[in-house]
Amino acid sequence: MSEKKQLSEDILLEEVTSAEYKYGFTTKIESDTIPKGLTEKVVRTISAKKNEPDWMLDYRLNAYNAWLKMDEPDWANVEYEKPNYQDVIYYSAPKQKPVLDSLDDLDPEMKKTFDKLGISIDEQNRLANVAVDIVMDSVSVATSFKKTLAEKGIIFCSISDAIKNHPKLVKKYLSSVVPVRDNFFSALNSAVFSDGSFCYIPKGVKCPMELSTYFRINEAGTGQFERTLLIADEGSQVSYLEGCTAPMRDENQLHAAVVELVALDNADIKYSTVQNWYPGDKNGKGGVFNFVTKRGICHKNAKISWTQVETGSAVTWKYPSCILKGDNSIGEFFSVAVTNNLQQADTGTKMIHLGKNTKSTIIAKGISAGKSNGNYRGLVSISKGATNSRNFSQCDSLLMGDKCGSHTFPYIEVRNKSSQVEHEATTSKVGEDQIFYCNQRGIGTEAAIALIVNGYCKDVLNQLPMEFAVEAQKLLEISLEGSVG
Amino acid sequence: MLKIKNLKAGVEENQILKGLNLTVKAGEIHAIMGPNGSGKSTLSAVIAGNENYEVEEGSIEFEDEDLLDLSPEERAHKGVFLSFQYPVEIPGISVSNFIKTSINERRKALGIEKLSTPDLLKLMREKMELLSIKKGYLSRNMNEGFSGGEKKRNEIFQMAMLSPKLSILDETDSGLDIDALRIVANGVNKLKSKDNATIIITHYQRLLDYITPDYVHVLYNGRIIKSGSKELAHELESKGYDWITKEADKEWA
Repeated sequence: MSEKKQLSEDILLEEVTSAEYKYGFTTKIESDTIPKGLTEKVVRTISAKKNEPDWMLDYRLNAYNAWLKMDEPDWANVEYEKPNYQDVIYYSAPKQKPVLDSLDDLDPEMKKTFDKLGISIDEQNRLANVAVDIVMDSVSVATSFKKTLAEKGIIFCSISDAIKNHPKLVKKYLSSVVPVRDNFFSALNSAVFSDGSFCYIPKGVKCPMELSTYFRINEAGTGQFERTLLIADEGSQVSYLEGCTAPMRDENQLHAAVVELVALDNADIKYSTVQNWYPGDKNGKGGVFNFVTKRGICHKNAKISWTQVETGSAVTWKYPSCILKGDNSIGEFFSVAVTNNLQQADTGTKMIHLGKNTKSTIIAKGISAGKSNGNYRGLVSISKGATNSRNFSQCDSLLMGDKCGSHTFPYIEVRNKSSQVEHEATTSKVGEDQIFYCNQRGIGTEAAIALIVNGYCKDVLNQLPMEFAVEAQKLLEISLEGSVG
Repeated sequence: MLKIKNLKAGVEENQILKGLNLTVKAGEIHAIMGPNGSGKSTLSAVIAGNENYEVEEGSIEFEDEDLLDLSPEERAHKGVFLSFQYPVEIPGISVSNFIKTSINERRKALGIEKLSTPDLLKLMREKMELLSIKKGYLSRNMNEGFSGGEKKRNEIFQMAMLSPKLSILDETDSGLDIDALRIVANGVNKLKSKDNATIIITHYQRLLDYITPDYVHVLYNGRIIKSGSKELAHELESKGYDWITKEADKEWA
């Protein structure tokens, strides 16, 4: 990297002034909600409210019936009171359901919300060349840049629109990577998801801009179940970003999303997440339960790269994975997971090598502070036919203080002799000598920790598009403020 | 500029400095020499405010202000700089980012506007030239994979960038080959002005071949037992420390 570029990136980092969860506001927008609880009738209501075709209703009912017979998983190294699934509101939509061509038509209150989130959409449109889809309380409210994308044949819309307008694609790929019965939460999501993003990149097309979705839970007591389906056709390329925030609430809110990525032959998908759901207060009250299934499939020579910066949520259960089905395909996972106060996270990845000469890289950085508990759980599976495959895993943990915990659970299965797997793991503490060194240079302890943590996470943060990287760095600083006693 | 009076300090129960007095005026260079374990590094740590050291008695005034009341970063903001004997690594943070943070945190504390990127770059280039630092250095991570000489040069580079009022060089010469020593010494000489002062803590006389101190002090058993001019350093080089320390031991016995 050139010095100048390095420096300008460095300079982009501004100090953070706010110590609190700054996204903790609610927005007064009239919502259309249905009574809480989950029954067959509720599933039918959701489907009806969205004017869905019969095949979609059948899909949902099938998922609902499967879910009824499933148990909530309890193998993760986290402890929490299981949500009462009859106490959740499964559908809440901002009443003004805008089908907008331009963001100028957006409800001013909603626009204010986005401004508060720091998503100046107009500005992003102009400067950053990012197309944004916004999902608030499970309903997609605005998708920008539709026209520019359409010229290239790219479809970027809410999944509800995709069900109506592109049923062939949806039917073909929905649940093709994460089957309905994959797990308790994927079944639940399949039954009740109210919206999410859909994206299709045609053959050989390189998406000219970053695609981005912002998720926000607003209404009290609502669950958010978004569904993302991204298909990169042969030889295409796309970079996709998602950001998540939620208001501060005393009760726990449920978030159970499903993300499916399909990378056909020679396609390249980069999927980045900055997750900042409300983590709960210092005593562990409130916060979002983040139970998410993310998985991608790579066909021949395809590549999927997951990057995630996870600072929020009270409990996280999340394993973005790659199925390396095609020969020579590549899977990558870059993750920073921060836990502070009483947050708990069990997160990692699965790399399933099926094709020959497949490669995967895992760089997972955990940071635990306060009384939190951070876990890395990862599976590297190399099947008999996946000859000459390679995996490199690096799992680092950084501890702050002496009341937090960090655990690494690597699972490695190799079923042929020509493949190679490497696993490196380190655990370290922020050194007193490092902090004193910074202090001596005029850098106060909080700023010093932010600096040290950013350095520790650099390999992952470098994977993010620039604007996102800056946001992620700020988030890291905010979520670790006050973590050193 | 700096007045240390009857300083008694140590680690936990162990008193290392046992009544040290030292006055440093602007424009002066002081060398503090002494055998191993005499308290040289403790002195630098206490001036810088390392919390592992406890001050039991005495005072340190810096520009007529009680330094002991201030946090390490506040001392840095006032213009106290310590070149570490063992500079620490900060993985993933580039030299440029670190120095930029350092400069701007200080400016923030002093209520001055941040240094603009072009000005910062210009200043960096200037100082790099002064210290014969090659291109590409700024984007390396702080002290990560640096040789001993590079680490020390990095300390002096930071000193040049921060232009402190008082610089304490703690064994900056240790681990340097002759070329690196010359470059570092050269840098210190070029940065010298009538407004700043330098304390050089060293074990050997050889750095003083390149930097001419105004005063040389011998630190032994937590006290300064002899002060003199540059010639004292030469005398120590040829005779060792015994001839002074024996006298001191007798006095304290």
